[in-house]
Amino acid sequence: MMYKELVIIGGGPAGLGAAVEAYDRGIRDILIIERDRELGGILQQCIHNGFGLHVFKEELTGPEYAWRYMDMVKKREISYQLNTMVVDMTEDRCVTAISKEHGLVTYKCGAIVLAMGCRERTRGALNIPGTRPAGIYTAGTAQRFVNMDGYLPGKKVVILGSGDIGLIMARRMTLEGAKVEMVCEIMDHSNGLQRNIVQCLEDFDIPLLFNHTVIDIQGSRRVEGVTIAQVDENLQPIKGSERQVPCDTLLLSVGLIPENELSRQAGVILDNKTRGVQVNKGKESSREGIFACGNVVKVHDLVDNVTKESKVAGKSAAEYILSRKVEAVCL
Amino acid sequence: MSIVREMTCILCPLGCHLKVTLEEEQVVNVEGNSCPKGEAYAKEECTHPIRTLTTTMRVMGGEIPVISVKTSNPIPKNLLYEAMNEVNSVQVKAPIHIGDILIENLLGTDSHIVATRDCDKNK
Repeated sequence: MMYKELVIIGGGPAGLGAAVEAYDRGIRDILIIERDRELGGILQQCIHNGFGLHVFKEELTGPEYAWRYMDMVKKREISYQLNTMVVDMTEDRCVTAISKEHGLVTYKCGAIVLAMGCRERTRGALNIPGTRPAGIYTAGTAQRFVNMDGYLPGKKVVILGSGDIGLIMARRMTLEGAKVEMVCEIMDHSNGLQRNIVQCLEDFDIPLLFNHTVIDIQGSRRVEGVTIAQVDENLQPIKGSERQVPCDTLLLSVGLIPENELSRQAGVILDNKTRGVQVNKGKESSREGIFACGNVVKVHDLVDNVTKESKVAGKSAAEYILSRKVEAVCL
Repeated sequence: MSIVREMTCILCPLGCHLKVTLEEEQVVNVEGNSCPKGEAYAKEECTHPIRTLTTTMRVMGGEIPVISVKTSNPIPKNLLYEAMNEVNSVQVKAPIHIGDILIENLLGTDSHIVATRDCDKNK
């Protein structure tokens, strides 16, 4: 088993920011473990702008923001592994990772920063009845298909959920030639940014239906249509308000869940409601020496705030490591 | 005769709600903005609305099939679909570096299409 002073799980903006901060405070034995083929996390697929207005006083696209932190990491020669997935973490800070390049490796860590981000809620989690045709994607999955893999996932789209990801994808799909029939929102308001309502829906005359949801999906091999309905104040479908909408794609933008399987394995306490890591002001979790920042703690609207958090986590992790070194010397 | 138009400024995530007073199609007053940029936005939005376009371009011989790009300056809103056609009709060769100009003077505007990330050659 190898010893690593600081292991950072996740190479998105949270992990990168924590790594840079820890390095700048004197930590050198750092390893960032990233499961994707490159650093940058979710920013790489967020090709739209609106990032960095606070941190850099400039409006950047997601990939440009990611590039700046990747550049900081590379300039400091901080080690990182790509295509490597952490599969286990113990309460005494042993991290096991798997990759084609290195196989199965376990590290004993001085400190750990959790920066795994979040995943999307799925159709299964929503229990939308109907058949199981191809053409049902979470909005983020569709975003990755379009912006990273170069695929157009569908031509006639209905979007459920008016959060920012749904709004952004309404525009993206339209620009690439799809017809977005509508965005349905179960609440009576959108929690997406107002600027996105304007530049993603109004600019393209895409209807936004509040108090509506999808109650059925039709199609055997491929989506052929969905049934939408208005909902009452208890979010229950109102009889008689059902309407069938022909389409070949349903995109779901219905919530983000922090990815905390590893945290649970190590007995890290999570918030009951958000399922994010519970942290104190210094971003330390309930387990000593395990810190957390970014979407794995709570879902952020602005990456600038993730960066601010990551600096705190990186600082705390560095101070924890250095204080234990002092202890060791004194003993 | 003056008309008051309401709009949301899209320049930053604040999304200030603006009240714009127009007289004979000229902007005479802007209210609700938190910064001077909002006033400029309101004037432009009422006379010739512009938008930044962010999209992807196909790559030849790169480690990724498409590269994210943006317009270096906002372009007229009514040119967005034509701009998309232009961008989608071109392929770029790897390697590409962030900031590289991939299409100069898009549709005759003073805006270019620039890369917003790196793309190495396929190994």
